Amino acid sequence: MVKQNTTLDIERNLGNFAYPETHTHDAGIGLTEKTIHYISDVKQDPDWVREFRLNALRTFLSKPMPTHWASKDLEAIVFDKIRYYLSGGIQAKRNWEDVPEDVKRTFERLGIPEQERKFLAGVEAQFDSEAVYSNIKKAVGEQGVIFVGSAEGLKNHPEIFRKWFGKVIPTGDNKFSALNSAVFSGGSFIYVPPGVKVKHPLQAYFRINAENFGQFERTLIIADEGAELTYMEGCTAPKFNTATLHSAVVELIALKGAKIQYITVQNWSNNVFNLVTKRGLAHENAEVKWIDCNIGSRLTMKYPGVVMKGRKARGEVISIALAGDGQHQDTGAKMVHAADETTSNIISKSISIGTGRATYRGLVHVPKHLKNCKNNTECDALLINANSRTDTYPAITVRGTGNAVQHEASVSQVSAEQIFYMQQRGLTEAQAMSLSVNGFVNDLVRQFPMEYSVELKRLIELEMEGSVG
Amino acid sequence: MDQLVIEDLHVSIAEQEIIRGLSLTVRKGEVHAIMGPNGSGKSTFAKVLAGHPDYIVTAGSVLMDGENVLDLQPDERARKGLFLAFQYPSEIPGVTIANFLRAAVQARVPEGEELEATEYYATLYKKMDLLDMDRSFTARSVNEGFSGGEKKRNEILQLAMLEPKYAVLDETDSGLDIDALKVVAHGVNSLRGPNLGVLLITHYQRLLNYIVPDHVHVMVRGRIELSGGKDLALQLEEKGYDWVKEDANEPALA
Repeated sequence: MVKQNTTLDIERNLGNFAYPETHTHDAGIGLTEKTIHYISDVKQDPDWVREFRLNALRTFLSKPMPTHWASKDLEAIVFDKIRYYLSGGIQAKRNWEDVPEDVKRTFERLGIPEQERKFLAGVEAQFDSEAVYSNIKKAVGEQGVIFVGSAEGLKNHPEIFRKWFGKVIPTGDNKFSALNSAVFSGGSFIYVPPGVKVKHPLQAYFRINAENFGQFERTLIIADEGAELTYMEGCTAPKFNTATLHSAVVELIALKGAKIQYITVQNWSNNVFNLVTKRGLAHENAEVKWIDCNIGSRLTMKYPGVVMKGRKARGEVISIALAGDGQHQDTGAKMVHAADETTSNIISKSISIGTGRATYRGLVHVPKHLKNCKNNTECDALLINANSRTDTYPAITVRGTGNAVQHEASVSQVSAEQIFYMQQRGLTEAQAMSLSVNGFVNDLVRQFPMEYSVELKRLIELEMEGSVG
Repeated sequence: MDQLVIEDLHVSIAEQEIIRGLSLTVRKGEVHAIMGPNGSGKSTFAKVLAGHPDYIVTAGSVLMDGENVLDLQPDERARKGLFLAFQYPSEIPGVTIANFLRAAVQARVPEGEELEATEYYATLYKKMDLLDMDRSFTARSVNEGFSGGEKKRNEILQLAMLEPKYAVLDETDSGLDIDALKVVAHGVNSLRGPNLGVLLITHYQRLLNYIVPDHVHVMVRGRIELSGGKDLALQLEEKGYDWVKEDANEPALA
């Protein structure tokens, strides 16, 4: 009953819409020092930021593509044909009423107003390069929490921003972190003061709405000692004919005893290159947890990491990747143990549909001098069709004694008997597939907040509708 | 109209003919038992009725209330009222029985309409009470780590929830101890009625002590060789299938 797909055309109900572009600031096509100056002028960057960008540009230009291990598809990115900065010239807004009508329509399709009504603590939604809508509920503000766009963060809170910016992910970490450092705009800046526990998740929605336009948001989150916060981002992008590049950098800092949970649900259109660097730094007894769900895109390369710098720090990556026909999800996790008694946990589940390919790439590093470190890695892959593909590349280096590492991997395929069983109960083949896939990821989806898990279920259904012929 | 009519059915797999001219009529309200030795084609027959893609129907027809179902997809047949209780039901990891059944019931709701959750659970609990089932049962993943008895009870619960017109039970008694067998029989007996036609496929007479059939058929080598009332089952118990096999070559059976 599992049918082969040669042509799989996924019709998305979500994300497949766009509104006329009216940009007042446009850095044009291609990337030179001029582009950087243009961006810095428009954004009225302080001098140190302008320098930072120019420096990063040089690093970007000098660094090779990571082609010795990455997909050859990366070579399809033509950096000279990308627009690096677009802005509607719209200032960040706090009231829903002030948001332009066409932007609202886009957000409505994404369900933001509902989210807002339900329990949003604050909204920081990015439309193209600039945050057009940001709303911080009184409660969060009163607790001293700063939740603003990164531009506002570096202007109004330089003492905190500058201290941590680029420290977890240095400019030269990889070619794409350098690119982001050169042209970044948008993204969130969050600071949670000591001991403050933010009850409701902070949310941000990102969208790309311009052809040939790369989105380079930069997010920096700092949880001071004993602070706790959950951040959620969801991404959808409209369909376009030419490739779009999304290359974000996200840095998290959890100081002593702090907890940060960062949740992402992504649904990029299948022409997007999604090359994101995400890393958290966990100090003593702190915890950084990435919950990451990747759907769509042409190629995603993303390996959220945690550097466990203080004793008893904890790192966790929970990831779900769904590679549709013609798509490649190259995802995984990096766990760097840098102190005694640190523990990390990686659970990765991937689904490959049609000619889709899911790659797990994991790095676990425990140096020789450390004691009582623990890592647990589980990766499970589900193949929908006979021509679907999955690969696992675990790189685990554990030196010294008294450290424990556990790695489990499984590959399974949706069986024809299982689908027949479900069809006999009245489900169509697509519904059966969808239920089966949802079951496969169910234990992880439960870790998402309620409305995200509903959205995720819907996204999986949309993918599966297209996967049966 | 209210009948499932199988006429001169021929079925092959990998060019080997397994069903060789089978004819049978099941009216609503009736319980038919098909008995037969291993390898006689009983389970193939059940799967073919449900539309399993591995088998090729080379001749014959299956009419459900007058409509030929052989051209329909398995899910279309199911939604039109044909149910198969599987001999070996599949596991669906991560999907609870409650959610699975809900999806199945939702599939029967007219397009554009949503199943009311409270109504669904009310019906589910009513059926579970009818079948003496613990409510925690439906929170478990479908058939995952189930004992043979639990799997069969799950099949019966689905039968009760989906309220088909015709139910085929394939070796529902296999691998059951006597207590589980009684539970299953109780389930089927409570669902028995004028709106349901039942086709029980079984190797042993044992099940028929608890579910008393209206008609008993003996299947040998892909054909129904002998039909009779409930007493036929007892005769088989006494004489074994060899008795029918010997008779199978003779014309004009009783």
